[in-house]
Amino acid sequence: MILPQNRVAWASVSPALGWTLAFFVLPFAAMVAISFYPQDGSGPSLVSYAQFFNSPSYYYALFNSLEVTGLVTVISILLAYPFAWILADIVPERWQRLALTLAVLPFWTSYVVRSYSWLLVLSEKGLVNTTLVDLGILSAPIQLANTRGATIIGFVHFFVMLLTLTIYANLKQLSPNYRKAAADLGAGPIRSFIHVVLPLTLPGIMVGAFLTFVLAIGDYITPQILGGNNELLMPQLIMMQIGRRGDFSSASALSIILMVVVTVAYLFCARWLKIERT
Amino acid sequence: MKTKSLVSKISGVSFAAMLMLSALPANSSFAADLNALVWCDHSDPNLLKPFEDANGIKVNVKEFEGTGAGLALVDQSKPGDWDVMVIDSIDIHRGVEKKLFEPLPEDKLPMADLFPEVKMDSSTVIDGKRYGITEKFGYNTIGFNKTKVDPADMNSLAALTSDKYKGRIAIYDYYLPVIGMAAMSIGKKTSELTEADLPAIKEVLAKMKANAKAVTDVASSQTALATGEADILVGGGEWVTAGIAKDKPELDFSIPKEGAVLWSQSLAMFKDSANKEMALKFIQYVMSPEGQARLATSSCYWGMPSNTKAALNDDQKKILRFAEQPDFLKRAQAYPAPNEALDKKMQDLWTEMIQAK
Repeated sequence: MILPQNRVAWASVSPALGWTLAFFVLPFAAMVAISFYPQDGSGPSLVSYAQFFNSPSYYYALFNSLEVTGLVTVISILLAYPFAWILADIVPERWQRLALTLAVLPFWTSYVVRSYSWLLVLSEKGLVNTTLVDLGILSAPIQLANTRGATIIGFVHFFVMLLTLTIYANLKQLSPNYRKAAADLGAGPIRSFIHVVLPLTLPGIMVGAFLTFVLAIGDYITPQILGGNNELLMPQLIMMQIGRRGDFSSASALSIILMVVVTVAYLFCARWLKIERT
Repeated sequence: MKTKSLVSKISGVSFAAMLMLSALPANSSFAADLNALVWCDHSDPNLLKPFEDANGIKVNVKEFEGTGAGLALVDQSKPGDWDVMVIDSIDIHRGVEKKLFEPLPEDKLPMADLFPEVKMDSSTVIDGKRYGITEKFGYNTIGFNKTKVDPADMNSLAALTSDKYKGRIAIYDYYLPVIGMAAMSIGKKTSELTEADLPAIKEVLAKMKANAKAVTDVASSQTALATGEADILVGGGEWVTAGIAKDKPELDFSIPKEGAVLWSQSLAMFKDSANKEMALKFIQYVMSPEGQARLATSSCYWGMPSNTKAALNDDQKKILRFAEQPDFLKRAQAYPAPNEALDKKMQDLWTEMIQAK
């Protein structure tokens, strides 16, 4: 017999459950099923997965994705942390709201427009090359656009802001008494930061880092526009299966492999956060 | 009582929401409209509005890129959702094999006015029935900035693999035409390619990649040439240069001595269309001299109209190099049309080329 309060609980979660079932579980199950049926109609098999593990050009796409995403995450953290700290600790309270608004401005523009803008800025006749040549730093323009570096710049521009927000929120919640206590106990600013502030803001860093990792590793637009397709990342490889050939089996298998990687990243972050809380 | 009421309310709302979701139509169009699966050149209001005004209907367009993506959209729709489709001429058989297309009445279409070379009967006619009509064509060849390169060099595909233009090349990111160009550069016919030819083609692609700055999609190809990021586009042609000719007169294309790959797009009608009469009218309109001129100069990309009587003005004909078409067509080779297995191998070859360091 279901107790009345349980019925309320079930009824309360039923829309979310229904939504998740309809728009996540069932499509995901369909994707898994499709991945086992190769496009050549040969019946259920692991061919689409074997193709990934047997073809260097396929599994290099995963390596490329992990390298790019890892670099983006680390660079974004290194840039976002001091930025968030300045916002939370140095910028006067009354200016913080404006500073935060300015920080999130990049979110207000279209993702595609932003990527194309970067392409123009980084091109041979773009702002960066022109300035460097005019200042005599470079004798001739260098290739900045259509490189892995351009992809990383495009990603970092976006994700620094995301990480800034998560770290800023964490820093604001941190009572100044922790630092005062550390100082009373003889810790200098650096020691206090390393042993007190940093560990206490790790949840904010990890949440931001995880979001950065997940959003960047699944992104198709930025590497496609800024990377110049000089190497393939997983989302581009997946799209390639669909475009002309409509090979949904290969695309599904690659998507599931990508999802496994994201799940591992989540488990890593979740474990880390749990350790920090205990 | 309160609890029971809340439970029933939440359950009721949930059920109603799910019911509403499941009852949503596949698209929001009306039966009287014409629903077209198209490439971006058909979304231009300059092309659609005259037809809509003349027939008092709305043409709902859904853009897609790549036959696989287009056929997937059809798979996900109800029979009858779509009336017409734009498709690579070489892929018409894929729609016919899926029993999607309706034969077209040749006697009601301007077949006699088409450039003979682009009728593509081997692709558009299956079992004696015409399932598609070529509406637009062009070349995957060498697009270039004539102020930055020696135009004489652009008369040979060898320029694409020579050191002279290293780092100044972009490659159009579509494996079939570029593999076709690579094959032609080593004297192979695009229509006779087999798996045995792939190693030699791979070598050519590797040399091209070593010279390339980027492997670009449609929009990036145009951007690369327009911004000077690249001086040469492998696979480029009038579809990249013609539309921006007024602003960028320095951009041009050549048909090298080895030839170029002929691309062509066709219109097909769906067998399950509930509006076949209007679908045929639309095809007739697009194939008319006026429709052909508007399609050829669409804001998305320009291309040659397949109807020789297209109502283009002199400037437009000059930009499209209309008068040179007989010579171009004589030297052009068909788009590679591999079977399923070879297609897969070609795509994998392309993946290897991109991933090569």
